[in-house]
Amino acid sequence: MAALMLRWSCLGKRWVLACIDGGSRHGRGAAIGLTSRRKRGQSSVAQQPLIAVQKSRKGEHEWAAVVGLEIHAQISSNSKLFSGSQVHFAAPPNSLVSFFDASLPGTLPVLNRRCVEAAVMTGLALNCRINKKSLFDRKHYFYADLPAGYQITQQRLPIAVNGSLAYSVSVGKKPSQVSTRTVRIKQIQLEQDSGKSLHDEPRSQTLIDLNRAGVGLLEVVLEPDMSCGEEAASAVRELQLILQALGTSQANMAEGQLRVDANISVHHPGEPLGVRTEVKNLNSARFLAKAIDFEIKRQIHELENGRKILNETRSFDDKLGCTMPMRDKEGKQDYRFMPEPNLPPLLLYDTASLPPGADPQQVINIDWIRERLPELPGKTREKLIQQYGMLPEHSFTLLNEVGLLEFFQNVIKETRAEPKKVTSWVLNIFLGFLKQQNLAVNESPVTPSALAELLNLLDRKAISSSAARQVFEELWQSKGKTPSQIVSEKKLELMQDQEALERVCHTVMEGHPQVVMDMKRGNPRAINKLIGLVRKATLSRADPTVIKEILERKLSS
Amino acid sequence: MLGRTLREVSTALKQGHITPTELCQKCLSLIKKTKFLNAYITVSEEVALKQAEESEKRYKKGHSLGDLDGIPVAVKDNFSTSSIETTCASNMLKGYVPPYNATVVQKLLDKGAVLMGKTNLDEFAMGSGSTDGVFGPVKNPWSYSKQYREKRKQKAHGENEDSNWLITGGSSGGSAAAVAAFTCFAALGSDTGGSTRNPAAHCGVVGFKPSYGLVSRHGLIPLVNSMDVPGILTRCVDDAAIVLGMLAGHDPKDSTTIQDPVKPFTLPTSADVNKLCIGIPKEYLAPELSSEVRSFWSKAANLFESEGAKVIEVSLPHTSYSIVCYHVLCTSEVASNMARFDGLEYGHRCDINVSTEAMYAATRREGFNDVVRGRILSGNFFLLKENYENYFIKAQKVRRLIANDFVNVFNSGVDVLLTPTTLSEAVPYLEFIKEDNRTRSAQDDIFTQAVNMAGFLSCLQDCQQ
Repeated sequence: MAALMLRWSCLGKRWVLACIDGGSRHGRGAAIGLTSRRKRGQSSVAQQPLIAVQKSRKGEHEWAAVVGLEIHAQISSNSKLFSGSQVHFAAPPNSLVSFFDASLPGTLPVLNRRCVEAAVMTGLALNCRINKKSLFDRKHYFYADLPAGYQITQQRLPIAVNGSLAYSVSVGKKPSQVSTRTVRIKQIQLEQDSGKSLHDEPRSQTLIDLNRAGVGLLEVVLEPDMSCGEEAASAVRELQLILQALGTSQANMAEGQLRVDANISVHHPGEPLGVRTEVKNLNSARFLAKAIDFEIKRQIHELENGRKILNETRSFDDKLGCTMPMRDKEGKQDYRFMPEPNLPPLLLYDTASLPPGADPQQVINIDWIRERLPELPGKTREKLIQQYGMLPEHSFTLLNEVGLLEFFQNVIKETRAEPKKVTSWVLNIFLGFLKQQNLAVNESPVTPSALAELLNLLDRKAISSSAARQVFEELWQSKGKTPSQIVSEKKLELMQDQEALERVCHTVMEGHPQVVMDMKRGNPRAINKLIGLVRKATLSRADPTVIKEILERKLSS
Repeated sequence: MLGRTLREVSTALKQGHITPTELCQKCLSLIKKTKFLNAYITVSEEVALKQAEESEKRYKKGHSLGDLDGIPVAVKDNFSTSSIETTCASNMLKGYVPPYNATVVQKLLDKGAVLMGKTNLDEFAMGSGSTDGVFGPVKNPWSYSKQYREKRKQKAHGENEDSNWLITGGSSGGSAAAVAAFTCFAALGSDTGGSTRNPAAHCGVVGFKPSYGLVSRHGLIPLVNSMDVPGILTRCVDDAAIVLGMLAGHDPKDSTTIQDPVKPFTLPTSADVNKLCIGIPKEYLAPELSSEVRSFWSKAANLFESEGAKVIEVSLPHTSYSIVCYHVLCTSEVASNMARFDGLEYGHRCDINVSTEAMYAATRREGFNDVVRGRILSGNFFLLKENYENYFIKAQKVRRLIANDFVNVFNSGVDVLLTPTTLSEAVPYLEFIKEDNRTRSAQDDIFTQAVNMAGFLSCLQDCQQ
């Protein structure tokens, strides 16, 4: 298992931790030197470029970080994993609780078919082996939001194992510098979510809401093949996209549908792995990378100062930007795993093993599910590259931004402009405006139709590029006008009258004989000056390329 | 009338010799008269009379729901009954009124049965005497029979009349006593290690333990999920068959019930045992077996043989390991099942407010008796990571061997096994309590619980009559 080197680099006064790609991940040769700084903001340290091979200084050691993830994704289903109560976000407290969810004595679990299908779909999309027989277990611990005193999970034999997830990270300053990484998936298991505790400190009480208790979760365990926050964040993002494409989870971190726990340790390359800590409940994409990188840095700092790392559980305080030990976990918990006696083994079939005359309502056929898997993000990106000739990094951006792909496709539908033009406008101009004002795609004041119309005008050379930008800015003000209306109001149409343009060129040339002389002498700047003058004369309504062509023609004649 | 069988009284109802309301009132008044037996925890008088009234309306219209319509029944207090307190004879659930009916209870009610009340048991069904419930022990109706009183007079003089009453056996003692005392025609019990058959033997009634998976456990507050079954107590085998016919079948709410449809059946009026092969397991000839029980066992075997059945000796070689194996698995599941009783959602809650942990500890100490607490502690011990392999897994393996013993015997041509249920007849309470619950359970379960581990069905009928 490989690990990337970390480097501290100084960009001005700010320390930045960056991942460097040292070449192939496995079986690497010479290590890249790394120095870790003790004090932040040491201005006496020379600036170092991000990507550089540096010989390690005497007495300073290299560090490698190892990051594994446990990701809990809430299954998108109408009812809970083992009971019929509904699954809704933000419902009134304790309004979605069945007798089983409340652990009333005598109630029994009944497995939800949709949740099993979701697990199989996710397993297949992540290249896992689907276990045709999997088992359910009880994991015991006492906590107020766990009514039964145990969680039903799959510890012994989960539903899917041994898969992989490909994701991409940037390895340089340029957007084109991306590298594909793979992280192994250890397993995917079905398990119950717990309820929610709200701590009411002033009244020294805790309020329990069991709406979430019993909701189906997919736990996806990622092997410790990652080495920094950015890799982890990218892997999680890709998993989110996959789950959303499958429809098995909405994977919205803000709504708690995707929660990440990270296992982090550091060690010197060549030496055994270090003691790991678990950082729990990383619930936002933004803080995921930050928390992991902080923890790596913290561990390095502790070890370099002669202290030991405790095998503990920590949480991330996003206001302070640091991880803190969690008070609850004292000593190691023994969960006293036991088979769940109320649920027989879960048996899945494929076409070959399907028993004859089996009721399709009662059995699940893995092959049937495989044949109907929706298109995965990787495939979507591939198709975009092939169909529209866009660069790989563009395809990533299109998918990474919520709603952007749909926007793009809607524009494509309504415009005759070349796809490359559309790509450029959507990714550079449109996205740029969104980011500047911190808006989501669905909050955009410009609709796909409006942009398509604008691009059409540009395409048939009714307006120039700079005019198009002006129009776009106007559209962004959302005054309800169409691009055509704006163009005519602001008189931005390109001159179509060739003869009139020729006359203007002629006039300008007559008026500036000196510049014409320079042009004749082959001064390249001269022609630009003339073009500028013509443009001014035409109130920017002439296409510079056409002007240039006319001037050159006149000159040679 | 109350001494009749279920089938007889059902016929009487259909023919109008007696009305459901009259029948119900007779039972209610007998329950009051036999209150000293302590067989009932809750007598659901209002509910029963209402149900009887509705049954009567149906009979009048000629729309009876079948053999169970209007029949007084009782249900062990570890079955969830909607709007009727369900306590499991424990402080933990005193005052707990469930919002739903157990499937088997619902089935009885759907067939028109009249619910007399919830019967007494050992706390959470843990015990073999029905002596360790929080509402006190159940007294065996036979303690008050002429036979027994004669016997007692001969033995001891100047003894307090009521001090030497007999136990009912357990843990479904209340249900067995209710049936034996004629206060109902059928009762539901539960059977995990013999809890239906043991009290049936002691109280002289029929106790039927169905095969695991035949009858739904939804609503049966569990002891050991992998061994529990609802049990049926009646005064004759035919009655048990009627009730079984109503209860058996797949329940979507219980994933451990078999999917195959259950065919309705009726017992033949005269049994022809010519083609029957009966096995006598030699390992069941325990030295502690009382001479009386042993002689009845022989008598029964001889009776079958004289009627043409083939009676042979068979071997269940792993019998001696079953008690210990049962205790490991039972306590482990108990520890798990009892984890939900924390005072938060329902049931007893202590007054301590200092911290959640303190509240859990006090609630559970106050709510459970020492038998339950002892089993929880043992079970948690066996489930610890360092012990799991040596205890739980080993016990599972031994369980497989025990189950295979039965499979092998039944595959070799044997149709039924004939064994005693208890080591001796019902003992007096004062003698029973000389040993603790754990010891008694270990002794008394010896014939009954192997079958629970294997999942097979078992039925007993009193030998004496």
